[in-house]
Amino acid sequence: MENQVLLSVKNLKKYYEISQGMFKEKIVVRAVDDVNFTVMKGETFALVGESGCGKSTTGRAILRLTEPTDGEVIFNGTNLALLPYEKMRSLRKHMQMVFQDPYASLNPKKSIRQILMEPLKVHSKFDKKESLQKVISILQIVGLSEYHLDRYPHEFSGGQRQRIGIARAMILQPDFIIADEPVSALDVSVQSQVINLMLELQKEFGLTYLFISHDLSVIQHMTDRVAVMYLGKIVEIAKTEDLFNNPKHPYTQALLSAVPITHPKEKKERIILKGDVPSPANPPSGCTFHPRCPFAMEICKSELPDQARFEEGHTVNCHLYSQNKEEINYAISHS
Amino acid sequence: MEKILQVKDLRIQFNNGKENIQPIRGVYFHVNKGETLGIVGESGCGKSVTSLSVMGLLPQKTSEIVSGEILFNDRDLSRLTEREFRKLRGNEISMIFQEPMTSLNPVFTIGKQLSEPLRQHKKMSKSKIRETIIAVLKQVGLPRAEQIIDEYPHQLSGGMRQRVMISLALLCQPKLMIADEPTTALDVTIQAQILELLKNIKRKNDMSLILITHDLSVVAEMCDRVVVMYAGEVVEEAEVNELFDQPLHPYTQGLIQSLPSNNKRKSKLFSIQGQVPKPSEIKEGCVFANRCPFVFGKCLTETPPSFQKGKHISKCWLQDPEEMEVKRIGESSTVIS
Repeated sequence: MENQVLLSVKNLKKYYEISQGMFKEKIVVRAVDDVNFTVMKGETFALVGESGCGKSTTGRAILRLTEPTDGEVIFNGTNLALLPYEKMRSLRKHMQMVFQDPYASLNPKKSIRQILMEPLKVHSKFDKKESLQKVISILQIVGLSEYHLDRYPHEFSGGQRQRIGIARAMILQPDFIIADEPVSALDVSVQSQVINLMLELQKEFGLTYLFISHDLSVIQHMTDRVAVMYLGKIVEIAKTEDLFNNPKHPYTQALLSAVPITHPKEKKERIILKGDVPSPANPPSGCTFHPRCPFAMEICKSELPDQARFEEGHTVNCHLYSQNKEEINYAISHS
Repeated sequence: MEKILQVKDLRIQFNNGKENIQPIRGVYFHVNKGETLGIVGESGCGKSVTSLSVMGLLPQKTSEIVSGEILFNDRDLSRLTEREFRKLRGNEISMIFQEPMTSLNPVFTIGKQLSEPLRQHKKMSKSKIRETIIAVLKQVGLPRAEQIIDEYPHQLSGGMRQRVMISLALLCQPKLMIADEPTTALDVTIQAQILELLKNIKRKNDMSLILITHDLSVVAEMCDRVVVMYAGEVVEEAEVNELFDQPLHPYTQGLIQSLPSNNKRKSKLFSIQGQVPKPSEIKEGCVFANRCPFVFGKCLTETPPSFQKGKHISKCWLQDPEEMEVKRIGESSTVIS
């Protein structure tokens, strides 16, 4: 059960074209550029990165909420990228999404009953009476109750809305949920309630999560494996504990060092990165991180780094580890 | 120590046409010269309203300071006229807002926007103004300041815009700076840059800083003293180390315990049940009573006063000396260790 692959993403690309006017060359924004990863059954896989790095686009491209430009998404043995629209639609009952902003993702004109009934209607899984029972039971599971049924989204607080968002995703009993920053719009005390709910649901229904977030403390708490994204590319994949104890890519190291302290007496060595994330419309040549990287070498400016593999599926895309054997040893002993 | 700002028993009332609500009910705090005071609380607890009242930026028609004093260098700000406030704002007190994306005017160049406080408060020639602005832009660590001064906000990234906001607040060398969630809209790596910058500037210019945030880790990083607000009241005030080591109010304890980093990986997070009451729902008794794990009879009927223990103030009946005696004899489990 543990080592069964549920989802594998191969060479996924999503390019946006910006027209510059007639006769001018279009600008291509490489929002997601050649992303590869696999998600095992029952695990929580995290995508982490700063805003604009393409983590949400990756999530949406997997569900084909935006059409990927190229690449394969294999879910339980079927390639989703090639499926016709209708087939894809019926497959979505196995894979659902929880969105970031609970204020924007619920239709204000629909009552909670309508919102939660809709997925059941679309996939015509149950008759009316059964559906209603389903809706009530799912509301209870996420910690709301029957008398909330005929209320409208504006009557709920942020945390409650996110519970409704989770209920909507859960009601078809999917195997796989993509959660796009599910807690980042919530207050600290409510955030912990929603995280608890997600952990409980996973235990009870054996869910697999793809958890997209920029909040490293939440990721450290609830995920099994992490992929770090920078400018549309994955730079490092590792088990969560491994990544937090032993980050290998310079960007991951800087990202982890920027995590705020939890106690005023804690002292932390900061790697402060210079500058901002470059625009994906005009990414730097070679390794896209080289203008900000403290260890940048000549080769980084011209060549894209290959993937270097370490023990337990820890992979890093960085020239520091791919040049030759001696340097690998050097880098390992000093990281 | 000299107190630069004192807020005493501040009560603010909003009128929405139908009813009056009081989002701020009896807030006390002070800021010493040269220190960083953190104001922490969840959304809707009144931390932004408090800071706006210090700046005199509350909407005039719909809000009213019912009672209380805001003393800035022994001058009561709550009674100032708009004219008098204009002399103060941006000059002696300045503010950094939460959203760097929306708080800059998109149709004016950076230089134009930054020259406004100088033209208002200082008599300077045009070339002197330009020089000063470039110097401040360099001080906040913006590269190519000479070009940025003639650019528009949309040409800058979020982190750079926040740096422009900070330089705007710095121009007249204020004595007190209020930063309302300065890093919430930014990424972690940029957040680390901006916090570092604020620390350096504060040290260099010898200002006092009020840092309003909901993020306890920002508080741990930056502040000397902390005020915790909940539903329009100050529930706890303490030095930063003391607050993290020995939080006295159950709300603060809950907040600190619910941080994911204070829980074992994959375990159930500690969480405070329920949610913040709306200002219209607040009844008598302690505001936190409906969510408090230690609630007892007195909490529901009487509003607790502030109990002081050294420099540590908390508004909870559990800190009542009489109550503590009773508890110790009765059931030892509710006494907070």
